[in-house]
Formats: sequence, structure tokens, C-alpha cells
Amino acid sequence: MAEETSKEPTEKQTSDKDGGRVSRRGFFSWAAVGWVGFTAAIGGCVSTFGRFMFPNVLYEPPTNFKVGRPEDFGDGVVDERFKESNGVWIVNSGGTLYALIAICTHLGCPPNWLEAQNKFKCPCHGSGYYKNGINFEGPTPRPLERAKIYVDPDDGQIVVDKAQRYQWELGQWEDSDSFIEVV
Amino acid sequence: MGFLKDIQNNIVKSQVWKSIFRVGIPTDNRKRSLAMLGNVVLHLHPIKVKKSGLRMSYTWCMGGTAFFLFLVETITGLLLMFYYRPTVEYAYFDMIDLREVAAFGIMRELHRWGAHAMVIAVWLHMFRVFMTGSYKPPREFNWNVGVILLVLTLLLSFTGYLLPWDQLAIWAITVGSNMARATPLLGQEGPGSALLTLGGTKLIHVGSDARFGLIAGRTIGGGTLIRFYVLHCVAIPFVAAFLIAVHFWRVRKDGGISGPV
Repeated sequence: MAEETSKEPTEKQTSDKDGGRVSRRGFFSWAAVGWVGFTAAIGGCVSTFGRFMFPNVLYEPPTNFKVGRPEDFGDGVVDERFKESNGVWIVNSGGTLYALIAICTHLGCPPNWLEAQNKFKCPCHGSGYYKNGINFEGPTPRPLERAKIYVDPDDGQIVVDKAQRYQWELGQWEDSDSFIEVV
Repeated sequence: MGFLKDIQNNIVKSQVWKSIFRVGIPTDNRKRSLAMLGNVVLHLHPIKVKKSGLRMSYTWCMGGTAFFLFLVETITGLLLMFYYRPTVEYAYFDMIDLREVAAFGIMRELHRWGAHAMVIAVWLHMFRVFMTGSYKPPREFNWNVGVILLVLTLLLSFTGYLLPWDQLAIWAITVGSNMARATPLLGQEGPGSALLTLGGTKLIHVGSDARFGLIAGRTIGGGTLIRFYVLHCVAIPFVAAFLIAVHFWRVRKDGGISGPV
């Protein structure tokens, strides 16, 4: 085809009969379709990979567990029987039972209960807490957190659920799920 | 002497030789350049190096040292991988066995010392580049690539630190990963996380925030160990290798090491 017209053809020419001649408009339509499809495919892949990285099943110990009956906890006692296994102290303070989560609120080490000095003390950076969990020394900015604690109505046992946390500085220790009143 | 020349001739004119080395031994500068450029292994090194590039009082050779240590880490790391199993049952004991039982028990220490040395070399390199003004145009982009490489080096150190699975490892990573809780928007305790809700359900909580995705769980455990192992041995080295290639490419394109622009 020696004669080339300078005006745009009125319709798309994509046949290979005449040597594969494609108009500019036709080319950009196909190119746009191609790029949009490619971008959508890449976006789909990235979202899929992102979702893949969040596990659906965790092989961790269950967050709620039973710790016995209200009578098992003497007044003024910090019970350490569940610290190693479940990461909580059960404290009975004047008839109010609560579960303190044994993770220092500074950077995450497990503190120790020092009976003789009547305080929780973190070995990592020296954060100190009173028996009620309020911080008073060291770098920690806030008190220990409480776990949800309630009595199972079926068998009268105390259930602790670490998945629910209560922070003093947010006023959440007023919540009735964060303590049990023992008569 | 003629005898050796005959042998050389026979070798160089053989089909085996000619199939591997496509061109003959270069006889002039143009052919020398072409031989380097046309060879996948040889083209990794510049054809010519300026004498000023060898001035160690100016360059400190820290970039080269960092790259050398990267190679050392890759090779020692690869060797360690033949015995180390990244599970909670085996990780610590395999690390002890590598030290006590495997041949050349020093290999684990070489890997560890190499890691310390590489971090130091990378910092010194950055310091040197700053002091000699080698970040100024047209080298600004390469400076940024270098900063990303610095972050990748530190991430390699962070992920590798967990792998011995001893007290030091577990608690260091616990503390380090707790910082991810405070990520804006994506961290459970960070600012703005409560904004991402869908009809009353919080999308970002302890089982779905950035920290959860990093350590694959609510606490450091087996999921974290394998995740950090893959990041440490495959994902981050791939990205780092690619960026190192870009980094070297830009050095040459921008005028060669310690050369004028």
C-alpha cells in the first residue's frame, strides 16, 4: 500500500489480511485492556500473598482456663500456681479476686513476685508494681493488666480468660468482669 | 618451549574450548573490552579501575568489606543450613550440635562474628560516604539505595538473632516485636487502630495486627521461628542481592568509585 492516508481511519483495523495494520485508537484500546488486566492480576496476587501471611490456626495454649474455686484463694495471698503454666497471678485482696497478667508493661518480660518485699519486680529493667498491680518504680509507664475473671455458673469454678484484658489507666478496672467479689 | 606452545595451540583450537570461550585471547584494548563485556562472569567487574579508587585512606574500602562479608555470611549460612532445623524441638540443640559435634564447629561463630562485622562495616561505609560528600548529585539515588540496604542488614541481624532459640533470642525478639504493636493504624495499641472497623467489629486486634503478621501468633513461638528463618535465609537476602546489584551499577554509572562526576 504505497498511498498512506493522513486522516485517522474511521473504524478499527486489526486484520492480518492487509499486513496487521492497527489504528492508533485500536492499539491504545488493546494496550489499555492489557495493562488494566495486568495491574488487576498483580493487585490480586499481592492481596493474596498478604492474606496468606496471617495464620488461621495458632498452636498456642488456650487463653481461658479454670483455676479452682473462690475458697482456694486466701485473703491477701498472691497465688503463683498459674504463673509458669498460664502467665497469671491470682490475687485475693480483701475479698476481691483478680487475675494479673504476668507480663511487664514496659517491654514484655515476666516479672517476679517478691513475697518478702511485697512487690512484683521485673528482672529485665527493674520495673516495680504493688500487690494490686499499680506501678511505682522503674521504667514502666503503666500498671500490670488484668485478665477477665468470672465464675462458671455450671460448676462454680473460677475461669480466667487472658484474651480479654483490662487496663487501669483506661479506667477498665471498674468493669465487673475484671474482678470477683468473694464473700 | 615450542612443545608447550603446540599443546596450547591444540587446546585453544579445540571444539570444546571454542564452545566455551567464544572469542580468542584479546590482542588489543578494544578486544579486551569486548571480552569483558561479552562474558557474564567477567562483566561483573569493571574493565578498568581508576587508581584513585584504590586509595584506602579515602575510601576505607568499607563498601567492599561489607560486600565481602555479605558473601561470607551467605556461604557460612548456607553451610549451617545443612544441619539446623528451625523447629522449637530442634533449633537450640542443633545450634549446640553445630558447635560441639559437627566438623569445624567454628562455623557458627564465623557466621555470628561476620554478622557483627558486617553491621560495623556498613555503618563505617555510610559514614565514609557522608564524609567524602559522595551522596551529592548525581549520587543521591544511590545514597537512598544504600539506606535501604542498611535497614535490610539490620533486619537480617534481627531475624537471625531469634534462630538459636535461647533465652537471649526469645526475649530480645519479644521486646523488639512488641514495638510493632504501636504501629499507627495497623498496630493494636497504635494510634488510629480503632478507626479500622467494619460494622462494629475491630479489624485490628491482637490476633490480626501488624505484630501478629510479623510473629505469626500472639506470642513468640514455632510460627515465629519458621517465619524468621525464611525471612533470614531467603526473602531478605534476595531483596538485598538485587539492591546490591543496583547499588554497584549506580556507582559505575555515576563516575566510578571515588571518581569525579
